[in-house]
Amino acid sequence: MQTKREGLVIFSDIGNCAGLKKAANLSSSDILNEIRSSNLKGRGGAGFPTGLKWNFVVEDRSDIKYVVCNADEGEPGTFKDKVLLMEYPQLVFEGMIIAAFTSGAKEGFLYLRGEYKSFVPSLEKILKEMRKKRFLGKDILGKEGFHFDIEIKLGSGAYVCGEETGLIESLEGNRGEPRNKPPFPVNTGYNGCPTVLNNVETFAIIPHIIAKGADWFKGIGTEKSAGTKLISISGDCKRPGVYEVEFGTKIKDILKIAKAQDVKAVSAGASGECVPKAQFSRRLGFEDFSTGGSIIVFGKKRDMFEVTENALRFFEDESCGQCTPCREGIPVLLEGIELIKKGECPKDYLKDLLSLSETMQLTSKCGLGQSSPNLFVSVINNFKKEYTLSKIPKEEKAFNG
Amino acid sequence: MDNKKPFAYDTSRAPISQRKQEVDQAEKGSIGITVTIDDIEIKVPKGTTILEAAKRVNIKIPTLCQHEDLCLAGVCRVCIVEVDKERTLQASCSYPISSPISVRTYSSRVRRARRNIIQLLLKNHYGECYSCARNNNCELQTLAKEYGVTSYTFGHIDKPRYEKDESSYSVIRDMDKCVLCRRCVRTCIDLQEVGVLEAAHRGAKTKIETYLDKPLIDVICINCGQCINRCPTGALKAKDPAEEVWRAIEDPDKHVIIQTAPSPRAAIGEEFGLPAGTSVTKKLNTAIKRVGFDKVFDTNFTADLTIMEEGTELLLRLKAALVDKDKSVKLPQITSCSPGWVKFIEHFYPDKLAHLSSAKSPQQMFGAVVKTWYAKRSNMDPKRIVSVSLMPCSAKKFECERPEMDDSGFKDVDYALTTRELAGMIKECGIDLPNLPDSDFDNPLGIGTGAGLVFGTTGGVMEAAIRTAYELVTGKEVPFDKLRIVPVRGTEGIRKAEIPIKEALTQWKFLEGATLKVMIGHGTANAKKIMDMLCAGQLDDYHFIEIMACPGGCLGGGGQPIPTSPEIREARARAIYAEDEGLAIRKSHENPIVKQIYKEFLTDGPCGHLSHKLLHTSYVKRGKWIGKKG
Repeated sequence: MQTKREGLVIFSDIGNCAGLKKAANLSSSDILNEIRSSNLKGRGGAGFPTGLKWNFVVEDRSDIKYVVCNADEGEPGTFKDKVLLMEYPQLVFEGMIIAAFTSGAKEGFLYLRGEYKSFVPSLEKILKEMRKKRFLGKDILGKEGFHFDIEIKLGSGAYVCGEETGLIESLEGNRGEPRNKPPFPVNTGYNGCPTVLNNVETFAIIPHIIAKGADWFKGIGTEKSAGTKLISISGDCKRPGVYEVEFGTKIKDILKIAKAQDVKAVSAGASGECVPKAQFSRRLGFEDFSTGGSIIVFGKKRDMFEVTENALRFFEDESCGQCTPCREGIPVLLEGIELIKKGECPKDYLKDLLSLSETMQLTSKCGLGQSSPNLFVSVINNFKKEYTLSKIPKEEKAFNG
Repeated sequence: MDNKKPFAYDTSRAPISQRKQEVDQAEKGSIGITVTIDDIEIKVPKGTTILEAAKRVNIKIPTLCQHEDLCLAGVCRVCIVEVDKERTLQASCSYPISSPISVRTYSSRVRRARRNIIQLLLKNHYGECYSCARNNNCELQTLAKEYGVTSYTFGHIDKPRYEKDESSYSVIRDMDKCVLCRRCVRTCIDLQEVGVLEAAHRGAKTKIETYLDKPLIDVICINCGQCINRCPTGALKAKDPAEEVWRAIEDPDKHVIIQTAPSPRAAIGEEFGLPAGTSVTKKLNTAIKRVGFDKVFDTNFTADLTIMEEGTELLLRLKAALVDKDKSVKLPQITSCSPGWVKFIEHFYPDKLAHLSSAKSPQQMFGAVVKTWYAKRSNMDPKRIVSVSLMPCSAKKFECERPEMDDSGFKDVDYALTTRELAGMIKECGIDLPNLPDSDFDNPLGIGTGAGLVFGTTGGVMEAAIRTAYELVTGKEVPFDKLRIVPVRGTEGIRKAEIPIKEALTQWKFLEGATLKVMIGHGTANAKKIMDMLCAGQLDDYHFIEIMACPGGCLGGGGQPIPTSPEIREARARAIYAEDEGLAIRKSHENPIVKQIYKEFLTDGPCGHLSHKLLHTSYVKRGKWIGKKG
């Protein structure tokens, strides 16, 4: 089902392992410098500078290091990694090999979303071919002593295992629960060793940067968001799908690509920001409208509280349940939405709920909990016309302690 | 500096990231990192957590899931603070300082967040405080008070969600009170390596469960109660037999005796506001009599008896192995007085039960002696006797229910009260324990030695055994200043000692020039390490091993006052050692009642026929599978 994809970076032609072959003639520090000066930021959503991340691993004195690719694509409305893994998997593996060479890792893992199990045979086939071509295995790229191989590990369907430390716990065979940070995986990752952990898309960009140079890459996008972004558009539009879009593109232009009309709002998945029509001139980028890949389009007939409730139900199911704000906070917000929908939410209590949302954003242990109230907060702030509050003050039961 | 390792640090199962950050070797020499906490500057070694650093400048950051004995969790989020440069608030318990930072521990953002989190914790915490076993000693209640919670902002559950699990003889689980701090999980998995409790399900459905959510009696729980000691709320408690004991006391036909174990005496004061490490032995005797017990006896007496039996058993095993070359004799011999440990070995190493001493624990020996020798001497029908014990231990409740513990012809011990439960009875009577006059134990079972007393601390059984065995074999007192056998003392999880034997008496000549090799372990995680060494054949040259299920030994038992910490346990140990040195008789074989019972009653001596019937027992190969077999 391969279709022709078009784009400036990911979907541009790179030729026969050009990035990898060029990397073979560079030193580890040359590669690191190239990545650093490219201003590449992590594509998983958090936007951490990739060069800086790699540098931490390079500087760590540990003898054992790992490279892990996060292919646990689970954010509602995100399916761009799926396209990469189906159509450009070698690019991803090349990126991992370059990361291994740079950092000194000898083992790598592709942590694949359980639902993508059907990709395993084709991915294994490519790994086998790469081993045959000596891109994997011993003395790779003709560099003596550079050994590296990649193993595919399947997730079991937990959204939270897409969080980097939750992923590592799962990889180690534990319950998929995020760890305390610091220490970060760059120092204490898989099996307690320094680990380069990047998103599928980030790894896929690396060979392009090496092949074509950091300056070429920086020339695309905006000052703070270099390059392009793969976005998966879904919802109320005529042409949903995966597109490669330059950073800095306005939301309204993205909507044109997807042929979406009468749009009330778009959201960056379930955990991202929800942007109303009035702000459609905002631009895609880490500094403005940021997304890990998901753009969900809401037409004018959509009830935004239904949308929020749906997202919160998802988080209620997917919360790992370890930290208080996320585990206990999400059900409180859901109860709040019930009240709002019935018009029975007192004004004061809405303030309490927004204060709780802030607490969840500030104190949850991982990104899942921290971002779970985002949609709720955006909808409350941006769609004031869609709800009315009750004037009756809320009754509170006295604490019996 | 205080980069002290928590007791659970060395266990294998805690992920590295949840252990304390190790101070890098290269950094050790450096002078540290300067941090600012609420405008106060302090220099700390790299890896110190914000919580520890704050403690040093006398700032108490509230905590709930954090516990000094356990690995990091960072799950309750109560201890969050503001760190400059960080976008979100950080859990101070699990934030290792690695660069100069500035911290705010009580800014308005922090206080607002903490109050919200406490409200969330209270929301599903079902039950009323005033009817809870932990009322006034509950960390959640204290937090609510500190943060001025007067009403439930986010609502409060008004119906129970779970059934209480009262299946165990020792531990009751009331999951409606659980706040999912996971201290019990970390205790059971990391600290004790039993692994009965684990978080199951996700999100709001998360619940601490046993394997397949089976009742506690049907899983491999060893009843150590360490989870109870670390639970911040009333979700875990011991099964309290106080009502039955009251009924017996109030029944004029019943003769209610109580034996008191050594370690509750060094701890019960804590329940009455005394500092940890205050020994109240003689005041406790007065309180017990005022509560209405007919006799108060001393478990140290049967601790001494245990030494005679277990020590003789060891010498017999040594003789069989060395002189008779009997290959079926198992060495090293391992102690059997900790019922948590006994159940642990029955579940985890059922094939190694032959290493366990067949001697009963002091509690059970006492029970057997009371309903036989004592009944006979006092011309009393044993049926009239209600035998109660005061124990630091929740596993003792299970031990006295073991079906084989009826060698007296009756249930040897009827009820085992924990330190906390007896304190409750004393408080109910309005007795002001700290200000009571002293009184002695009753005769005849009220005489114990210092050797029996030190049973309360890790290494104590070994110390008592060496004091006696050395003297029996050589005719001379063991050569340690003031009988302090320092090599077996301490808090290290596993300790080893070697005692050379010189100038053995004629009947023990085969031990001449030998070196007695002993090992001590406390906490079942350490027991597991010892047993793995034993299984690997690495302990073949060892003779005697003491294992206690609880960290610190009995004084850290699951029935002791809450809270527990390394400092509290060390203070209790100091009290016990100090009391030992103040006693006139400090060797088990010199206990006059012990001599008397062998003269009058157990006339064929230690490990003789009657001893074997009354004072020794057998064990059950339990394995890890409980339930219908086949």
